Amino acid sequence: MLKAADLDAIRAIITRAKRWDLFFSMLGILSLMVGVLTFTVLFVDMAIQGVPRLSYEFFTSFPSRRAENAGILSAWVGTILVMLVTALSAVPLGVAAGVYLEEYAPKNWVTDIIEINISNLAGIPSIVYGLLALGLFVYYFGFGQSILSAGLTLALLILPVIIVATRESIRAIPQSIHEGSYACGATTWQTVSDHILPYSSAGILTGVIIGMARAIGETAPIITIGALTFIAFLPTAPFAGDPPAGLFDWILAPFTVMPIQMFNWTSRPEAAFTVNAAAAGFVLVFMTLAMNGLAIYLRYQLRKNIKW
Amino acid sequence: MKSLKIAAVVAGVFAATAVHAQALVKIDGSSTVFPVTEAVAEDFQKAKKGSVRVTVGISGTGGGFKKFCRGETDISNASRPILKKEMEECAKAGIKYVELPVAFDALTVVVNPKNTFINQLTVAELKKMWEPAAQGKVMKWKDVNPAWPDAPLKLFGPGADSGTFDYFTEAVNGKSKSSRGDFTASEDDNVLVQGVSRDNNALGFFGFAYYDENKGKLKAVQIVNPKGKAVTPSIDAVMAGEYEPLARPIFIYVSAKSMDKPEVKDFVEYYLKEGGKLAKEVKYVPLGAADYKHAQDNFRKKKTGTAFGGEAEVGVKVADLLKRDPKE
Repeated sequence: MLKAADLDAIRAIITRAKRWDLFFSMLGILSLMVGVLTFTVLFVDMAIQGVPRLSYEFFTSFPSRRAENAGILSAWVGTILVMLVTALSAVPLGVAAGVYLEEYAPKNWVTDIIEINISNLAGIPSIVYGLLALGLFVYYFGFGQSILSAGLTLALLILPVIIVATRESIRAIPQSIHEGSYACGATTWQTVSDHILPYSSAGILTGVIIGMARAIGETAPIITIGALTFIAFLPTAPFAGDPPAGLFDWILAPFTVMPIQMFNWTSRPEAAFTVNAAAAGFVLVFMTLAMNGLAIYLRYQLRKNIKW
Repeated sequence: MKSLKIAAVVAGVFAATAVHAQALVKIDGSSTVFPVTEAVAEDFQKAKKGSVRVTVGISGTGGGFKKFCRGETDISNASRPILKKEMEECAKAGIKYVELPVAFDALTVVVNPKNTFINQLTVAELKKMWEPAAQGKVMKWKDVNPAWPDAPLKLFGPGADSGTFDYFTEAVNGKSKSSRGDFTASEDDNVLVQGVSRDNNALGFFGFAYYDENKGKLKAVQIVNPKGKAVTPSIDAVMAGEYEPLARPIFIYVSAKSMDKPEVKDFVEYYLKEGGKLAKEVKYVPLGAADYKHAQDNFRKKKTGTAFGGEAEVGVKVADLLKRDPKE
């Protein structure tokens, strides 16, 4: 039988423990709010300033010295083309490297060093990639200050993210799937192409999109390789013009991207340009959110089809 | 190494396909000159109905000359004359150029609107505030002039990489880049505008356009010119030659090699014809009509080189500059 005094003591302990519980959950909410509220305030402020500026003309006009005529046509087209080059080069390289490291590479000190280096690469400031790309792509390969140089630079930047994501999602596949496949006499490549890649594609895709969402807002490396600030024309579309352009002419065209256009507008003396910058910022955040939304949707669709 | 070669071949294929691309004028350089060149580029492309493409970058005057002297750009925007070192770089690469003044910028000294005791300043007073010897010593307004209050002196100015800073220090302290270091510096002039408009004890300087757009938040200080007259910065005052010594010419440098390309030639002709009107629109001060004409002559005659010989100069008349025999 418990004595009443003991019971009180136990209750006191429970109350104290619950108080700590409450305290910590408050602390957690507070920490969460610091991040969420900051973003919300910034985003709402930008939306209030910028959304009234959004119009069909804003998306179809080139930059101009007159704030009310200025638009983001060259910027959003540039951003999308650069992202296209980035995705087309980074995804095959990143996924292939990730698969090799997980499935093929012998486990020895060389692979260990490579692994450490990949993790380190993810932490290098983006400006360093810009300097490397300036020397390698712009001058050595002679790509110039083009969409190709920018796309490849950003591809280098997000390569570690894709490699790590690929490896993580391959590791999440149960070992029994590997073993089952090998037990049936499959080669490594058959295992990879029939089992590993399909099952890990949801995770890889998430990694790719996270990487792309990082790349879309990058300004420093793009400025380093020499993106332009005023550009009032679009890259020539394939087969357009006279004489007709080649299929890949656009890839060497000069360009600008959304963050650079925003940056240029915020440093103007006229207040009207700040509104333009806010509107462009809103579009950029929307592009990022749309990409993340797409990632969530695709992941959901791909996961649905996997039945172990 | 093999992969490098393959990449180089791929690059070659791309480069070959780009040969028949449209006529392109490549411009880079100073952010101060950018608004004028941008306005000219915008209208020029419209006038040409898009048959010529113009790109304008902002690498700063120094960064622009680096690219220009490597032959990467056709035209370089410059808020100060080319320096000796840059002349040598260009000479080494065999790049010759024509130097053309295109407009004036009026460096504007501003204080907070609540500041009632400053209406005008002499260059000597500015020097007392900004000279290197003032660092850590001239910390209060009364240290400059005993009649002024015992309040902290808060200084705002552009960063050391800007041509604006170079010109101001040359004009006020007598030597380019020589200044006290303990002031709030920013490459973004809007930050300076914010700083001065929020601090009652602040004084700052930047280009006229930034003052003109923020007149409600700032008070422009009259500058006493060498003739002893206090002049308010304005487009008219600069055009009359009275706003001295803080009015400075800004330039474009055209590569002699690029001048053979019809699109570059057309662009520069257009710049010198319409530049004055467009400069005024973006709050810069146009040169006199005769000066634009003279610049056009120099351009057509391909008078290569710089009228400055690699040295900074203050208070020189544009008409005299254009008459000089340029050195290479």
